[in-house]
Amino acid sequence: MPNTLYDKIWNDHLVDQQADGTALLFVDRHLVHEVTSPQAFEGLRNSNRKVRHPKLTLAVADHNVPTTDRSKGISDKESKIQVDTLEANCKEFGIKLFGMGDKRQGIVHIIGPEQGFTQPGTVIVCGDSHTATHGAFGSLAFGIGTSEVEHVLATQTLVQKKAKNFRINVEGKLPLGVTSKDVILQIIGKIGTAGGTGCVIEYAGDLIRSLSVEQRMTICNMTIEGGARAGLIAPDEKIFKYLEGKPMSPKGKNWENALGYWRNLKSDDGAKFDKEVNLKAEEILPMITWGTSPQDVITIDGKIPNPQNEKNEDKKNSLERALNYMGLKPNMAAKDIKIDKVFIGSCTNGRIEDLREAAKILKDKKIASHVHAMVVPGSGLVKEQAEQEGLDKIFVNSGFEWREPGCSMCLAMNADKLKPEERCASTSNRNFEGRQGRGGRTHLVSPGMAAAAAISGSLDDVRKYQN
Amino acid sequence: MQKFSTLKSIPAYLPIVNIDTDMIIPKQFLKTIKRTGLGKNLFFEMRYDDKGKEINEFILNKTPFNKSKILIAGKNFGCGSSREHAPWALLDFGITCVISSSFADIFHNNCFKNGILPIILNDDKIKELSEYANRKEEIFVDLNEEKVIYGNNEVIFKVDPFKKKCLLEGLDDIALSLNKSKKIENFEKDLKSQKPWIFND
Repeated sequence: MPNTLYDKIWNDHLVDQQADGTALLFVDRHLVHEVTSPQAFEGLRNSNRKVRHPKLTLAVADHNVPTTDRSKGISDKESKIQVDTLEANCKEFGIKLFGMGDKRQGIVHIIGPEQGFTQPGTVIVCGDSHTATHGAFGSLAFGIGTSEVEHVLATQTLVQKKAKNFRINVEGKLPLGVTSKDVILQIIGKIGTAGGTGCVIEYAGDLIRSLSVEQRMTICNMTIEGGARAGLIAPDEKIFKYLEGKPMSPKGKNWENALGYWRNLKSDDGAKFDKEVNLKAEEILPMITWGTSPQDVITIDGKIPNPQNEKNEDKKNSLERALNYMGLKPNMAAKDIKIDKVFIGSCTNGRIEDLREAAKILKDKKIASHVHAMVVPGSGLVKEQAEQEGLDKIFVNSGFEWREPGCSMCLAMNADKLKPEERCASTSNRNFEGRQGRGGRTHLVSPGMAAAAAISGSLDDVRKYQN
Repeated sequence: MQKFSTLKSIPAYLPIVNIDTDMIIPKQFLKTIKRTGLGKNLFFEMRYDDKGKEINEFILNKTPFNKSKILIAGKNFGCGSSREHAPWALLDFGITCVISSSFADIFHNNCFKNGILPIILNDDKIKELSEYANRKEEIFVDLNEEKVIYGNNEVIFKVDPFKKKCLLEGLDDIALSLNKSKKIENFEKDLKSQKPWIFND
């Protein structure tokens, strides 16, 4: 019987299948960070359990770390306790940790691929919903809760039920100035934030295949915003080339054997998908979110929706609530939305290609005088690479702040946050109420669009700045 | 884990769709290294004003809903971040059953690890049950029978048999999985020979 890529990875990791459909799945790679792990380690200690495979586990502090000068450590007491706790737990249980002073430190979903810890055909989990990012490598990667983190630490397995197969095909070529961020925003707008619930999404089609490894990560990363826990893309030569020689990638004979296995990782012809959606790349335009859910998308040429046009009472209420929170009027043009802040970074768009894309727009330009803008590279290695290419100078000369790596204002757990009613063009992944700070207003955009917004001082069309 | 079998309470009704886990428990409370004590911060931004004073109109600040053990909410409840702090906050507040027309996957899973029962019912039934919240009348949830009983009516819900068993008996699923150690060992042995690169040996 023809199988999907998801079916194949699932079958390859089955430790036990119960009659009721519940399965025990082997976990090849476990990423750990400071926010969702302390209670899991405490649980292990209380039950006298050990970490079954410390070598299959990799830890980093990213959510709480300051992005300004780190020489004096973390000033926030609670954040410091959490980061120190992670360090102590990793030491006690023998887990490799990239500490705050390590240049390999960065956002957990950026360092996994960078180190070659992320590999095709594996099951990868982390106590973080954006674990879906790693699906770009053809792995089954998904976020889990803290109880499940403890379960994986103790058993290297996870209790799971098989999800449905959902394929999204994107064919054609993207217009100039349109990026993979716009593609995923468009997809979420189309399927809705619960559209993928209970499914694993495979992204396919010639547009997806034409994307770089990093662009694919942006798409898989936001799969969770469409309700699916995991999104994946069949691995190809681009992926193998990216992984070759990475510190934790297989070496020598292992590399040859791994390649042989990886090259077979794709959905068979005739494999059955429970759901399928098709998009034409040519029709995708630069997108923004206007509301408080990632499905609230319009094109940069678009207008804010009018609740009066909505017949469904629940939808109307929810539109009104979002407009009220966002401080926007119905029918207003997207380009008339004035912004106060710009944030470039996060596991969605904090990689080197994202920074290059923004820098290309900002070169020899100044940001609007009322805008406060910052770049937070996704990892120490991204930062180093960007500095070697002189991108930091382009950002700083244009008026951006150049920061240390971490999650930063994507979720505003550290000091980087919006004040009430401040409006931000952000390359992150969630525009929920309060996400970037209480009362803060977030518009999700691509890195190029964030750069364009910084220059114009309002949401703007990146195509205006393309040469 | 705390067991769940039956529950009787006046439900609280929060008619908002796509309630995300940031809304249930905002990030500033994720800095804890404990599971307990989060109840006072549940729905923090809707529940308190800028000065930290309770907002009277918010449902969970009103009597008798400040003692509700059942929450009825709009569809796609618990979307967004995987933070288990969301069910911990509900539990610490005293809510052990959430009823919605759909749940986000990770939140749904996290509930079962904490003795909370998420019940999926269609929108019509949600509307009927919300009337009980409006009238401040109790409803009754029976997990064993997979029923919600309200007035002279009842509605059947479905729950995964394995999850039901764990909830009814308060089982520690790590212990259950460790009972399968032999199978895990066999899997690892095969993995080492077939895909040695996984262990980086």
